[in-house]
Amino acid sequence: MKRKRLKIFEKAFGVVLFSSSTVTSLTVLFIIIFLFNEGIGLFNSTPVEQKYKFIVSNDNTVKELTSKQLKDIFNYDITNWKQVGGKNDSIILFTINDLSTYFTDDELGANFENLPSKINELIKKQPGILAYLSDKYVPSQLEGHVLPLTKITVKEFVTGKEWYPTSKPAPQFGVLPLILGTLWVSLGAILIALPLGLATAIFMAEVASQRLRNILKPIIELLAGIPSVVYGFFGLVVLVPLIQHLFNLPVGETALAGSIILGIMALPTIITVSEDALRTTPTSLKEASLALGATRWQTITRVTVPYARSGITAASILGIGRAVGETMAVLMVTGNAGVIPHTFLEPVRTIPATIAAELGEAPFGGLHFKALFALGILLFLITFIINTSVELIKTRKKS
Amino acid sequence: MSFINKRAKQKIAFSFFSLVSFTVVAILFVILGFIIIRGISVINWGFITKMPEEGMTKGGILPAIVGTLCLIAGSMIFAFPVGVLSAIYINEYLKENWLKKFMRSMTNNLAGIPSIVFGLFGMALFVDKLKFGDSILAGSLTLGLLALPVIIRTTEEALKSVPNDLRVGSYALGATKLQTIRRVVFPIASPNIITGLILSISRVSGETAPILFTVAAYFLPKLPHSMFDQAMALPYHLYVLTTSGTNMEASRPMAYGTAFVLIFIVLVANLLANAFRRYFGKKNKMN
Repeated sequence: MKRKRLKIFEKAFGVVLFSSSTVTSLTVLFIIIFLFNEGIGLFNSTPVEQKYKFIVSNDNTVKELTSKQLKDIFNYDITNWKQVGGKNDSIILFTINDLSTYFTDDELGANFENLPSKINELIKKQPGILAYLSDKYVPSQLEGHVLPLTKITVKEFVTGKEWYPTSKPAPQFGVLPLILGTLWVSLGAILIALPLGLATAIFMAEVASQRLRNILKPIIELLAGIPSVVYGFFGLVVLVPLIQHLFNLPVGETALAGSIILGIMALPTIITVSEDALRTTPTSLKEASLALGATRWQTITRVTVPYARSGITAASILGIGRAVGETMAVLMVTGNAGVIPHTFLEPVRTIPATIAAELGEAPFGGLHFKALFALGILLFLITFIINTSVELIKTRKKS
Repeated sequence: MSFINKRAKQKIAFSFFSLVSFTVVAILFVILGFIIIRGISVINWGFITKMPEEGMTKGGILPAIVGTLCLIAGSMIFAFPVGVLSAIYINEYLKENWLKKFMRSMTNNLAGIPSIVFGLFGMALFVDKLKFGDSILAGSLTLGLLALPVIIRTTEEALKSVPNDLRVGSYALGATKLQTIRRVVFPIASPNIITGLILSISRVSGETAPILFTVAAYFLPKLPHSMFDQAMALPYHLYVLTTSGTNMEASRPMAYGTAFVLIFIVLVANLLANAFRRYFGKKNKMN
């Protein structure tokens, strides 16, 4: 009897164990599914506000406009339909703010009841018109036609050079500046962290005494334990003014500040992983080298480090991964200007910082909201590739 | 001649390495020292027991402390059992097969996902789909997912450190698998598992990005009543104080104080974990 109960209990426990580990391992899949669920809607949707339309005259031969072209038209960088593939005719912009320049209040009626017919007249009269109208003002018997916008494509999203998600009437969802910003800051971070981290790892693995190592190890762990928002705070109140002063800049919030802070944050990862790798070098190899008359230093450069090369590579890739995904510290010290950076002394904006800064203000379920989830997918993919390549390096090493 | 050169080179290289290592240590002490020195003058009884006042330039940070404690408790109630059970399953029950590999690589991947992505996921699933709203519950679950890989990894390491002979010995005496795990494996592994718990608490208490859209309130001068309430939290409060306060100069001391409290929690957790590991590490060795 007791035996039987024990068996049932044992089985039940097994089920509990299995389900919790299933939950854990499926979390990654859930994350992917939910990010895609929210973010994928960005693609194949038109980059225009809901309930607004662009109307052109029936004589207009332009098939569709991209949001970039639209933005240029509204900034008067494009002024002729010829530039977007139409006839040689200058573009006449018409928005609801231009009403008074075309019509008097009497013409429109007290409650704008004549507005649709007046707009029809205008569209007929002006073949070059591009009218941006709310649905409720679009005439029911339209004398022109609605000009469709090109749907947002993945390619446009990834290669677009402008990120103005809230600009009206044509939001720009180009993430190239954000991708480049992320890369700049992360590469800068690794340039700072790799030499420091590697030197510290070699010191800890090969040079320092056991006692010193026992002191250093927890200190490095502590460096990993400091919350990123505290790093950001420190960067903002100490590093940013310092950089501003040192380089005589208008603002100190720069890619350089981000790189330095991220470099410090990536140090523990790089140190721990490369130290572990250095320790895997077999003692026999080192002893053989020493026996041949090499100094310890020569042994380190010619035997230990080359042997641990793949581990060190893994460490630097992991460090980049940490830097790419880091949000708060970067958000606080890089100045968040969404433009393509040219030097390290300019403000930049990274992918995670963009999500953190803008999601709170993006209307729920809108295009901007979806675009931020699409950024999340992109970030996920980047870190996924980084982590998988680290795994591959490690398994290749084992075999 | 060349021998002396070799020696000199080594000497230079080694001194360079020790210099760099001490620079790294110095960086830590500069950051910690800066925040501790600036922050400690702000800390008094009122600071940790009062509500924020006058646009967060005066008063205390009690709701943020309470909020963070709630989030720690909430996330651990969820993540600790799930994490430990998962680790037991992966390490003790699974044979070396594809399933084990799959689960391992999935937890590794989970560990590599940026915290802001957890925030997005938490918002999409807990806040939106499951209709928890911005709440301690949603934030705790999001943070719990983030802590899972940490707990699993440390638990697995703890389980691996238990010698296999003990398991085999227990089976030989007729014990079942569950009995073996409960009476033999778990007691030996538990100090290291607790270390993992403490470390994940330290991690969870400092995370900001996952709580931005799942729980954090900008300014909420009252304590949460249920797990469906919004709450303030220390890391988010620090972020708000430094970047978007109405009067940033006046709220700077508050920011130093908040950073100090946050660092204090993290430091204590880390030191505790270390002490725990050392104490039980020695004890186990002696047995």
